[in-house]
Amino acid sequence: MSQLAELKKSERLEFVTLVAGGQNFCIEIKQIREIRRWTPVTVLPHSPDHVLGVINLRGAVIPIIDLAAKLGFPKIAPSERHVIIIISIEDRIVGLLVESVSEILGVDAGNLRETPRGPEDPTIRAILAIIPLGDDMTKVISLPALLAPASPVAA
Amino acid sequence: MMTGDTAMRDIFFEECDDLITDLSEGLSAMRDGQTDDAIVNAVFRAVHSVKGAAGAFALDDLVSFAHRFETVLDAVRSHRLSLDDALLHVLQRASDVLADLIDAARDNLPANPAQVDPVVAQLQSFLGDAPQPVEDLDFEAVTLAFDGPDQPARRYLIRFRPNAAFYASGHDPLLIIKALQALGPTSVSVDLTRLPHSLAGLRWQDGLMGWQVVLDGPATDLPILEVFQFVDDLCDLQITAGPDDAAADPVPIAPAPVVEAQTDTSDRSGKRAAASLRVDPERVDRLINAVGELIINQSVISQRLQEASLPNTAELFSDLDDYKLLAREIQEGVMAIRAQPVKPLFQRMLRIAREAADMTGKLVTFTTEGEATEVDKTVVERLADPLTHMIRNAIDHGIEAPDQRIAAGKSAHGSLRLSARQRSGSIVIEIADDGAGLDRRRIRDIAFEKGLIAEDAQLTEAEIDHLLFAPGFSTAKAVTNLSGRGVGMDVVKTAITALGGRVTIASVTGQGTSFSITLPLTLAVMDGMIINLGGQTMVVPIASILETIRPKAADLSQIGLNSTLLRIRGEYVPVIDLAERMGHTTLPRDMTERVLLLIQTDSVPQCALAVDDIFDQRQVVVKSMQGNYGEIAGVSGATILGDGKIALIIDAEAVAQGNTSFPATNSHNRRDVPHVATC
Repeated sequence: MSQLAELKKSERLEFVTLVAGGQNFCIEIKQIREIRRWTPVTVLPHSPDHVLGVINLRGAVIPIIDLAAKLGFPKIAPSERHVIIIISIEDRIVGLLVESVSEILGVDAGNLRETPRGPEDPTIRAILAIIPLGDDMTKVISLPALLAPASPVAA
Repeated sequence: MMTGDTAMRDIFFEECDDLITDLSEGLSAMRDGQTDDAIVNAVFRAVHSVKGAAGAFALDDLVSFAHRFETVLDAVRSHRLSLDDALLHVLQRASDVLADLIDAARDNLPANPAQVDPVVAQLQSFLGDAPQPVEDLDFEAVTLAFDGPDQPARRYLIRFRPNAAFYASGHDPLLIIKALQALGPTSVSVDLTRLPHSLAGLRWQDGLMGWQVVLDGPATDLPILEVFQFVDDLCDLQITAGPDDAAADPVPIAPAPVVEAQTDTSDRSGKRAAASLRVDPERVDRLINAVGELIINQSVISQRLQEASLPNTAELFSDLDDYKLLAREIQEGVMAIRAQPVKPLFQRMLRIAREAADMTGKLVTFTTEGEATEVDKTVVERLADPLTHMIRNAIDHGIEAPDQRIAAGKSAHGSLRLSARQRSGSIVIEIADDGAGLDRRRIRDIAFEKGLIAEDAQLTEAEIDHLLFAPGFSTAKAVTNLSGRGVGMDVVKTAITALGGRVTIASVTGQGTSFSITLPLTLAVMDGMIINLGGQTMVVPIASILETIRPKAADLSQIGLNSTLLRIRGEYVPVIDLAERMGHTTLPRDMTERVLLLIQTDSVPQCALAVDDIFDQRQVVVKSMQGNYGEIAGVSGATILGDGKIALIIDAEAVAQGNTSFPATNSHNRRDVPHVATC
């Protein structure tokens, strides 16, 4: 888990917590460019279910992904109340549709726990670590794992 | 002698490119029979300047080759050698080798002796045993067109008078002067006061001549001393620094003296330094992007204003029109920065053609047309490889050996023509040979052998010709050095398709083959037809549309359940439902309510794309989808419309070929890029 080790190099970390598919997740704040209200998208032909389409972000064409669907939950029916988190990893800029964004969470790096490996499922594959929060917990999304090309596309 | 910093080196190499262009121009003029002194001198000067400047950068291979080349040219110049075809040929090869050496030096690669040595030997054979001519003292100063130095220029007066030992140890005053010229704009004068008035008492070794060089150069005299580092005890040397012009002059015209000095020396050499600006291409790209945004923003504003239904808008809209015109003008201006003439590309191709002709022993006359045609920089850069391949193919496979040509009743010299011209928003580049033409029967056989077609496939001539572009197809009977290295014309086609272009072939047996490449003028802007498809706005490139048709029921006939044919001027063309290809699941509307776009692409002769409506025809700014999303079958990119929404740009060829299923099952005959979106 070099990605996690990388993350743990900093002492104090900040995450934006969000809800997708009714569950709590969070994304490291450094990877987030902005948070926008949902706007209608241009649908792409032949796209997988979780790709909603593309939007115009100040002149750049940005794909929007339904985070819930990508994590294996039922699709979100987007409305004005939903938000898009614009994230930037490496050279790519992608928008993630989520149900809501809650707060900024500051935690000590030591509180990050490795994700227990259970049976392979699309959600667990994209979780970098978990953070216990009192009785509750939240899950840190690994954007590289989330956005990696799906393992060899069946021809 | 000294180490030039990288900026100097870059300038040197750019200058070399110009000199090589002059050289090739001069040589082709000589080949066309213009052998007057002015042209021979220009050619000599070009080689001479390369040599001089290369010396300053200690590029020894280049210097020694240029020196031999120059010696032969000097003999031509002084009529000791007469120009015949054989000599011209060698000169031309030498010019190619010189260009290659420059390229090698630029990349810090060693020279390739296999390539250089034969030409050196040929050059030497023309000189015979004649003694090396004494360096011509009556040289004309040629200055590298340097940009102004970063540090304030200082003027130096340098006097030097070599003594006998200077000459005895093999030094050349010319090289010294060249090295000084590499430091900055110079003016050189010769001091002949010590020359005796009668020839009887003349001993040239005595160092009777002196030179005086005024140099607007570096801030310190260190580099100047370096120039003289090996000869300072062999000559009388005096260096005086002038007043620090730039610093002392209160009027802010610091670059002026430099410019003046440049013009002065370049006029003397008869060569004008091109007034040009060197800009980082990335800056230009940023500007192009910003202008693209400006145009989109302009259409957003005008659409918003129209929707706002304000009172008294006549003036407002006339102002808006001005805004639009200005934005377009800026865009054209910015695009023009990226435009480059195809000339350097064509000259490089000439070199390749000569090399190929030499290697195959074929006699080929090359002509180029339309060298001034301007194309986007990226296009010029990315055309080099496909063109190289096509030229080599034309010489290797197209043009026959001299004896075969004579047997066929043609002249022993084959002809190869490379031309460029602009045709309504596109650039057409044509490579035409007068060789044997395509051997269609063999192409068919090979295609069958390689499993590309079925044995009983009924193919038209055009379809057979097109097999050349199929992956893995190579017609060379034997793999030659030149072409047929396993990569074939499919690579050419892929490269051209990636530039948004098309290739077509025309071939007449016994008379020759011509390849036409049609390319868009620019990559960033495209003329598009704005269409409606199931409520979504999309763009179809105008370049692929032949005409638009609103069909009558009588012109449409059904074949089976799902296929429709359109009859147009007595021909039947298949109708493709674009909505279906784009994965829309709406119920198909009656064809007569829809609009058909008649499409022509390379691979499918003609077909009609059915769309719901057409709105408009306009320029759109092309945005790539690949960075953030990946390639989408049937979509070549996206653009942003006046209302800020995104419209997809349809890849007409992929749609017509039917390669829009996802995931692609036949990606091997599409492109090398993975055919998969990465989200």
